[in-house]
Amino acid sequence: MLLSMEHLRKEYANGKVAVDDFNLNVDKGEFICFIGTSGSGKTTTMRMINRMLTQTSGTIKINDKDISQMDPVKLRRSIGYVIQNVGLMPHMTIQENIEIVPKLLGWDKEKRDKQAHKMIDLAQLPEEMLQRYPGELSGGQQQRIGVVRALAADQEIILMDEPFGALDPITRESLQDLVKHLQEDLGRTFIFVTHDMDEALRLATRVVIMSKGKQVQIDTPENILRHPANEFVTNLIGEERLIRAQPNIMNIKQIMRKNPVAISPDKTLSDTIDLMHDKRVDTLLVTDDQDKLIGYIDLDDVSRNTNASTLVSELMNHEVFYVQDKALIGDTVQRILKLGVKNVPVVDDDHRLVGIVTRTSLVDLVYDALRGATDEELSSPFNADIHAAANRDEDDSKDDNKDTEKEEGSDGQS
Amino acid sequence: MINFLSTYGTQLISKTGQHLYISAFALALGVIVAVPLGIVLTRMKRGANAVITLAGVLQTIPAMALLAIMIPIFGIGSTPAIVALFIYSLLPILRNTYLGMEGVSPDVKDAAKGMGMTAWQSMIRAELPLAAPVIMSGVRLSATYVIAWATLASYIGAGGLGDFIFNGLNLYRSDLILGGSIPVIILALIVDYLLGKLEFAVTPKELR
Repeated sequence: MLLSMEHLRKEYANGKVAVDDFNLNVDKGEFICFIGTSGSGKTTTMRMINRMLTQTSGTIKINDKDISQMDPVKLRRSIGYVIQNVGLMPHMTIQENIEIVPKLLGWDKEKRDKQAHKMIDLAQLPEEMLQRYPGELSGGQQQRIGVVRALAADQEIILMDEPFGALDPITRESLQDLVKHLQEDLGRTFIFVTHDMDEALRLATRVVIMSKGKQVQIDTPENILRHPANEFVTNLIGEERLIRAQPNIMNIKQIMRKNPVAISPDKTLSDTIDLMHDKRVDTLLVTDDQDKLIGYIDLDDVSRNTNASTLVSELMNHEVFYVQDKALIGDTVQRILKLGVKNVPVVDDDHRLVGIVTRTSLVDLVYDALRGATDEELSSPFNADIHAAANRDEDDSKDDNKDTEKEEGSDGQS
Repeated sequence: MINFLSTYGTQLISKTGQHLYISAFALALGVIVAVPLGIVLTRMKRGANAVITLAGVLQTIPAMALLAIMIPIFGIGSTPAIVALFIYSLLPILRNTYLGMEGVSPDVKDAAKGMGMTAWQSMIRAELPLAAPVIMSGVRLSATYVIAWATLASYIGAGGLGDFIFNGLNLYRSDLILGGSIPVIILALIVDYLLGKLEFAVTPKELR
C-alpha cells in the first residue's frame, strides 16, 4: 500500500466540515481522480496528503509511515505538486524551474542538468526551451513543464489540483495523454482533482466521487458507469454519458435473452417441427446433453427433408457463429451486424449455451447511443473529440439500422 | 560661472561628497530597516496597517522640526541629520516592500511551499526576486527625497550642499544659492537614473 487515508476529517475553525470520514487506499501506479462539485472537499482532501492542510482527525500513511510524524518540508519534496495556474516561477528559466526540487534536495549540478534535459524530453518539448522563461511559453507548454517538474526529483506520488482546467480542449487532451503516459509507462501514482467527468473517466484507474465532504463512490470508471451508486452520481456523470458508454461497459450477458430454444441432436425431424411450431421460431440451436452448443438447424434444413424420422444430428449445421457472454457489446455489435445473421447464440466459458442476442436488442442499443449523442451535440463544446467519434458511429449505425429493420419481419427468435 | 567654480570649486566637491555621504548613509539605513520590516509585516497581517500608518505619521513631521528634535538627542553634526533623513526614507521603502511582497501571486507561493521550500527559501528564492522591482522603486523614491532634504541638514551643522544655499540666503548672494541648488538637482537626477538602472537589473527578465 503506497498511500492510505483513514477516517480523515477536516473541520475549520468556523465549524464548517470540509471533509468527513474519508477513507482510501492507493496502490503504486494507480491513477486516482477526485471528482465532485465545488465545495465537495476534493481539493481539501488532496492538500492534506502533502500537509498543505492538516486534518482535524484521522491518519494518512505513505509507505506505512504516518505523515504527521514526518517533517512537512521533506514530505513535500517527496511528493509532486501541480496546481491549476501552473505555479512556475516567472523569474526563473524553465531549467531552473525544473531543477527547483532537485536543488532543494542538494543534487549536484551535473545530475540536475541531466535531469532537466530528461524532463524536457519527457514533456516532448525542444531542449532550447530550457533557457526560456515561462512567460515565453504557451499555457499548454507551461503546464507540460509544470507536470514534469513535479516528477523531476523522482517523486512517487504526484498531486494535481485541476491542472488542465484553464486549457483549451485540444491542449488539455494532449496533456492528458502526457500524464496517462507517465502513469502507465513510468508507474507514477497520481492523485488528480478535477471537475471534468470526461477527464476523470478517461484518466482514472479509480474515480473517487465526493459530495459535501463525503465520499459517495469509489470505483473504476467502468463500474461507476455501470452501477452509479445513487442519483447524485448519475447526475454527475450525466444520463447522456451513461447511455453512450453502454456499448463499452456492458457485456453481452446483460442484453441477451435467456432460455433460448434448443434441441438435442438425438431428436427427430418431427420433434423439431413441433418445437418450431410451438415456439414460433424458424431456427433451433442444437445442444448436447451438457448444454454445450454444437450447431443449429433451421426451417430450410427441415423443409428439404421429408423423412420425419431423420435425426437432428444428421441435418444440423455445425458451423455456428456465437459470442461469449463476457464480451463487451462495443466489440461485438459491429461483427454481429456485418455478418447479417438474425440472431447469435451466446455461450459461457465452458461453451454452454446461455442465451441469444437478437438484432432487435441491438437496435435498441444503437438507438440509445445515437440519441444520446445527438441530444448533447450543442451542450458541451469541450467534447469535440467525443462528438467526432459519436458522429462516425452514427453514420455507421444508420446503415446497420436499415438492414435490421428490413429483416425484422423474419426475425424468428423474437 | 567659471569665476564661481574657480573660487568654490574644491569646496563644491567636498560639500557634494558630504551631501552624498549623509544621503547614502541615511538611505542605506532605511533599506536595512524598512525592507526586512516590510517583509515581516506581510507575515503578520494585523500589525501591518498600524506600522505603516506610524511611518506615515513620521513622514508628516516638518523637516526642520525633525532636525531640531534630533539636536538634544544626538547633538549637532552629521549624526542627527542621518537619523532624521533615515526616518524620512522609511515610509516609501516600507510601503513598497509590503505591497511588493503582498503582490506576489498566491499560486507562486503555494507552488513554492508545495514543492517543499521552507518559508525562508520561499522568501529568498521566489517572493523577494518577484517583489524586487516594486521594492526598488520605493528605494528610488526615497533616494530622491533624501538627497533633496539633505540640504536642510546644513542647518544643524551636518555640512553638505545646503551650506552654499544657507550662506547664499544669509549673504543675499544668488550665485551661492544656485551653486548649491543646481548640484543637488543634478545629484538627485544622477542617483535616480542609476537606481533606475538597478531597478531594471533586479527586475526578472520575464517581467520587464
